[in-house]
Amino acid sequence: MLLTLGLGLALLWAPEDADQGPSQRIFYIHVPVALTAYACFGWAAWKAFRLLWKGDQRADLESYTAVHMGVIFGVLTLITGSIWAKISWGVWWTWSERQLVLFLILFLFYSAYFMLRYSTEPGPRRARTSAVYALFGAVLLPVSFLAIRLADQLLHPSPIFTRDGPQMSASMFLSFCVCLAGMLALAAALYAIELTGKRADASLRELRERLA
Amino acid sequence: MSTGEKYLAAAYLVLFGAVLLYIVLIALKLSRIERELAELARLAKEQSGG
Amino acid sequence: MSGYLADVTALARKDLLVELRSRDTVPAMLLFVVGALVVFHFALPDDSSRLAAAGMLWIALLFTALLALVRSFVAEREGAVIDGLLLAPCDRSAIWLGKTLSVVAFLIFAEAVALPAFALFYEPVSWELLAAVALADIGIASVGTLLGAMAAAARARELLLPLLFLPLAIPLIVGGVGATLAEDPARYLGFLALYDLIFAILSWASFEYVVTE
Repeated sequence: MLLTLGLGLALLWAPEDADQGPSQRIFYIHVPVALTAYACFGWAAWKAFRLLWKGDQRADLESYTAVHMGVIFGVLTLITGSIWAKISWGVWWTWSERQLVLFLILFLFYSAYFMLRYSTEPGPRRARTSAVYALFGAVLLPVSFLAIRLADQLLHPSPIFTRDGPQMSASMFLSFCVCLAGMLALAAALYAIELTGKRADASLRELRERLA
Repeated sequence: MSTGEKYLAAAYLVLFGAVLLYIVLIALKLSRIERELAELARLAKEQSGG
Repeated sequence: MSGYLADVTALARKDLLVELRSRDTVPAMLLFVVGALVVFHFALPDDSSRLAAAGMLWIALLFTALLALVRSFVAEREGAVIDGLLLAPCDRSAIWLGKTLSVVAFLIFAEAVALPAFALFYEPVSWELLAAVALADIGIASVGTLLGAMAAAARARELLLPLLFLPLAIPLIVGGVGATLAEDPARYLGFLALYDLIFAILSWASFEYVVTE
């Protein structure tokens, strides 16, 4: 497990030397972090779906852990994105940066997920309820993406800047892929650690009840 | 060092700090689990002994 | 299929009858929405644009809907009605549909007062706004009913429902405000319809998982 973590870190830090303009380089952490957060939310929804469809009870903890990871990476996206906005446009927050707004909505949504979990009695009903909510998250994601696009057009009829991104050269693309892989590996490692931790916690509690 | 580089360094530091913080949290959790496990083992021994 | 529809109408009628007897939700909603519109007048500076007024109307409608949603499940909980409903020999999703219909009816009551009040206080109501409100009602009711059932299992349910609901309502607000203000409302109306379709199907399919113990 630690090996994966080390690998992830090594992969992550290595391409720092790939030379770009300094402000462009934040791209290599911001975008992979964002994509990793999406991946976590997607994974959470998939596990939630399995829980509902197959009645696989273990999927509850897995889905919860994935949401947990997704929120951590989501917050990191917000922070790095905010720094990026500061570099590029001189402000810490801009509503015209769609990715950031989307992450803000997702952050609100998944924080409510935690509230839901904490205020419900543990049991199969909580598992199913949170699973349904996690599934809603996966559907909300594209819907709010569309909504933000629409709202953007309403607020700024003529786009001030389009961020189709400059064409990436081969070396840039390669280091980006390495970064993404590293970030995903990091997320997977953390996910595995967190999951084992949560499982250990659950079995400890069970054991305690049985002994007491 | 230009301001751009400073912000870049800040972004990397944020990321690194988050990972570090996470590792610390995990370590704390692990030690708690270990403690509880020891306690439970003691309890189990008492029960089987007595 | 006709049995299913009969169940749905019976359930929706039950909610409406209860409300007719006790009269504790709809009058509160009416007062709240008018009160909110008056408060917004004072919250907005005098020379603020009609754009701001439209936004405020949508916020007022959203919060009024939240009021109705919280109420509708509190009543079920207090009388332990939901347990009885779950024992009844009908499809679980019929419960969702019945409840959604009754919430839509409540919302229409509230809007029948809110929209004329808006026209009186601020500016005339356009056809696009009416269509957007109707579409948004469906979305609010279908998502809100499911989330209400979710929150009903939790401890702080009156608190939890708004938290669960607001992030999901952001697309509705975008669609509603867009349809009210944009030059081409058709796109925003289409978006609202899409939202309704997606989330209605999802809620309909997943309601059973949320209510069973």
